[in-house]
Amino acid sequence: MTTVIKLPPSLDEQTFEQVLEQVSGVPEDAKMLLDARHTKWASPYGLTALLTLGQARPSRATLAAPDSDETLSYWSRANFFYYANELFDLQGVVPKRASASESSVLLPITPVKGSEDVHEVVGHIQQKASQIIATELGIDPKAVIGFAMTLSEVCQNIIEHAGQGGWVMVQMYNWRQRLGRRVVCIAVCDAGVGFRKSLESASHRALPDRWDDAAALESAVMRGVSRFRDPGRGQGLAGARKYIGRWDGKLSVRSGTARIAIVPDWDSDAPLLEQLPYFPGAQIEVTIPERTKR
Amino acid sequence: MTNHIDLGTVLRQTLSASLYSNLVTRPTGAAVRIQIETMLAHTLGQGQALIVIDFSHVSMIDFSCADEIIAKLLMSHVAQGRESYFVFRGMTDDHWAAIETVLERHGLALVVERDTGVELMGVLTVSERRAWDMLKERGRLALADFPADVNEEQDLVRDALDALWRRRLIMRSDDMYVPIGDLA
Repeated sequence: MTTVIKLPPSLDEQTFEQVLEQVSGVPEDAKMLLDARHTKWASPYGLTALLTLGQARPSRATLAAPDSDETLSYWSRANFFYYANELFDLQGVVPKRASASESSVLLPITPVKGSEDVHEVVGHIQQKASQIIATELGIDPKAVIGFAMTLSEVCQNIIEHAGQGGWVMVQMYNWRQRLGRRVVCIAVCDAGVGFRKSLESASHRALPDRWDDAAALESAVMRGVSRFRDPGRGQGLAGARKYIGRWDGKLSVRSGTARIAIVPDWDSDAPLLEQLPYFPGAQIEVTIPERTKR
Repeated sequence: MTNHIDLGTVLRQTLSASLYSNLVTRPTGAAVRIQIETMLAHTLGQGQALIVIDFSHVSMIDFSCADEIIAKLLMSHVAQGRESYFVFRGMTDDHWAAIETVLERHGLALVVERDTGVELMGVLTVSERRAWDMLKERGRLALADFPADVNEEQDLVRDALDALWRRRLIMRSDDMYVPIGDLA
């Protein structure tokens, strides 16, 4: 029997939890159909997390592509189907891969496996997107350097901790209803070992009495704890957090069964969520809003 | 002996592809630092060495790379007791964002060359800061003829100058302390 998982019309960080709730009851070797036919919109997090879900399943699931031509076109320009084809049995007609010059996506879905991938990602953002980000978000072009730095550090999280490759995507939106401003979103997702197991592998440090995914996220994201003995390790996410805070941005990190967020005034998200459906690896979203005139 | 190290050139020499102009990722930082150490190998056991690390051709550096290159370079030379005096040139605010975080993490400071002269940046005690300002103002300080109009306790200033020298943030020649950057 095939279990049908309905994807929501709008697939983002919040609604992806609905997908995971449905998936959590499905045995790993069971047949599964991810039904995206009625999905109209997906954020970078939604698309990269969907790939991660395919990567995490030992048995290959089927993915029914969106019905909407517009949605199909966008997912194609974001390189989604190119990588989804390796992980899912695709159902429905999907457009051919768009060339890089056709894409309006700031950074289409890009695999991150090694250091050279991070160089490519950062170089792409600097060459192709820095002017757009600066103009659209109303920030000093020089400040885009901080954006690239943040992107570099969140991508390196995959290399340092995942134990396998992941994906990154960057896009800009106009959040008219939610915020009344434009935002740029970075999503970095992997299906690796996750923060808890990564920190547990550090034999030099005793674990605290209360130790679970939430505690591991607090240690890594809030206190810059790393699995390495080297005291210089663990600065990446801490430094990224500092930059994101300076630009009134939002950072959320999900790993295992917990999710931690640095929540700015413009958002009402919970700073910590526990007992979520289990999802391996780490999923990070960074949102930087347009600067408001003071 | 002055050694000028252009980080942009080292980056291109270190990575197999010459397309990259950014100091990003920890492996890249480690490779660049090893290359710098190779370039500085001849200074080992040769007494005082002035090393200018030039950021002019580097567009960005991230936290991981800053930690691998700057923090580890400074700490290893001090730990080995080498008389290596580093001066950082061409450093912009963009570079500083990552470097400042790394210095704070390790409690380090460094000498930065600006258009207006040299500055000490990073983690310094109040006494070290005062001693540095005094040294910069006077150009050089000999403890033997310490000015009588100084209000500070002489021991405190001497200790601070000595601490700055041990951190290789100022140079010492016999009983004379001198700012590093003035010689770069």
